[in-house]
Amino acid sequence: MNKETRKEENEQTSVIKMSETDSRFKYELSKIPGAENLMLCFQCGTCTADCPVARFNGSYRPIRILRMALLGMKDRVLSSDDIWLCATCFTCTDRCPQGVEFASVLRVLRNMAVKEGIIPPGFREIASNILETGLANKVARLQLKKREMTGLPPIPNSNPKRVAKLAEMVGFSKMMERRTQSA
Amino acid sequence: MPKSTHSFFLGCAIPSMVLSYEIATRRIAKSFDIELVEMPEFSCCGLPLDPVSHDMMLLLAAQNLCLAEQQGLNIMTMCPGCNGTLCKVNKMLKEDRKLKETVNGYLSKVGMEFKGNISVKHLVQVLTEDVGYEEIKKTIQRPLKGLKVAAHYGCHILRPAEYVEIDDPENPTILKKLIEVTGARYLDYVNELQCCGATIIGAGRSPVDRKGDLSIQLARDKLIHLKEAGVQALVTLCPSCYRVFDVNQPIIERLFGEDYGIPVLHYPELLALAMGINPNDLALTEHRVKLSNLIEGL
Repeated sequence: MNKETRKEENEQTSVIKMSETDSRFKYELSKIPGAENLMLCFQCGTCTADCPVARFNGSYRPIRILRMALLGMKDRVLSSDDIWLCATCFTCTDRCPQGVEFASVLRVLRNMAVKEGIIPPGFREIASNILETGLANKVARLQLKKREMTGLPPIPNSNPKRVAKLAEMVGFSKMMERRTQSA
Repeated sequence: MPKSTHSFFLGCAIPSMVLSYEIATRRIAKSFDIELVEMPEFSCCGLPLDPVSHDMMLLLAAQNLCLAEQQGLNIMTMCPGCNGTLCKVNKMLKEDRKLKETVNGYLSKVGMEFKGNISVKHLVQVLTEDVGYEEIKKTIQRPLKGLKVAAHYGCHILRPAEYVEIDDPENPTILKKLIEVTGARYLDYVNELQCCGATIIGAGRSPVDRKGDLSIQLARDKLIHLKEAGVQALVTLCPSCYRVFDVNQPIIERLFGEDYGIPVLHYPELLALAMGINPNDLALTEHRVKLSNLIEGL
């Protein structure tokens, strides 16, 4: 992030109008598995000090995302690019003295953002691969040929029909269809 | 009678990216009399979908666990991502009756039921628990004497500790012991346990400048420290970490005008070499950072 945008960001964040926040947001989050301990966060910053991504990125700060969630800044958190920067190393989860499990809280926020229609292209591709083939990564024909040549057994068949049925029951396919339509 | 029998969970990252990991794993399993049974109808472990839909992740992991239950076998994994996910969901469903009921409600519609009677192990656990260091040592035909090897554990083989339970995530030693058993010298380096950033490849990068890519920056930071320590080979357990350190290493060298030339091996490849298996049978030419110097030196 360059100086200019950081300055803008600071101006935007310097005053938070509580009337524009959703004071129920933290309670809503705390009910969802993975975010149960959100309100135990006392902003010590262990998550951020230990975060490898925060070392190399100027804006990604777990402590800030937690604060925004606690303050009820729902729209800004869910639409923020930052929530997609966690590399899921789980260091914060293992080291948080309050057991907040930031990586899980962030996953809850990401799932919520997806429900609101925000999904980065990489994840959309993985989702459609899984719905189509049952697997996240497509195995290129060349790789299959190499398997044969090196004497590896064929990859066992997946069962995409079963995966599709599970996806339909849990509302996942519908969610992804809606996304494709709105995109 | 084989030493142990496992349902072999292949995952999709390894077959799509690094066959040499699978080749070496099957070779050493055979040498140690570990029987690997294929798992038909397996799907993605679920991990890549967790950020999109936790529910879908749970169902994918659960259906894979059910397949192994139907075979009456414990699972063996290679990919730490698959391993962590299957371990986690297995434990969650075993301990949370309400969650198990909900998941089984869905699974019953596809003729499956999670019972909770198997366990999930990573290859390194099978090696250290079912085989043991002493047994491994006996099979070393070509000790990698003098070779300076460092480890990149990869986060998911250690964390979250609550679910993975393989080693102490703050001070792991399993790879040190497994490397030393091959006769190689294990080297420490700065930030050994830092994440590779594979899951955020591409993030933070501008269309004109790839140097901003967070994964590139994280990997470069580690490569700098590995070079400083004088490492001759880096050992990993994870296909995604491998991608960052091996596949992306020439890209990092080009972008920053630097020279690393550090070969990256999956642990079973290192072990296979030390066991005297012919390098030509291991498809090591797949690696971007060439292993020729290392192999010639054996």
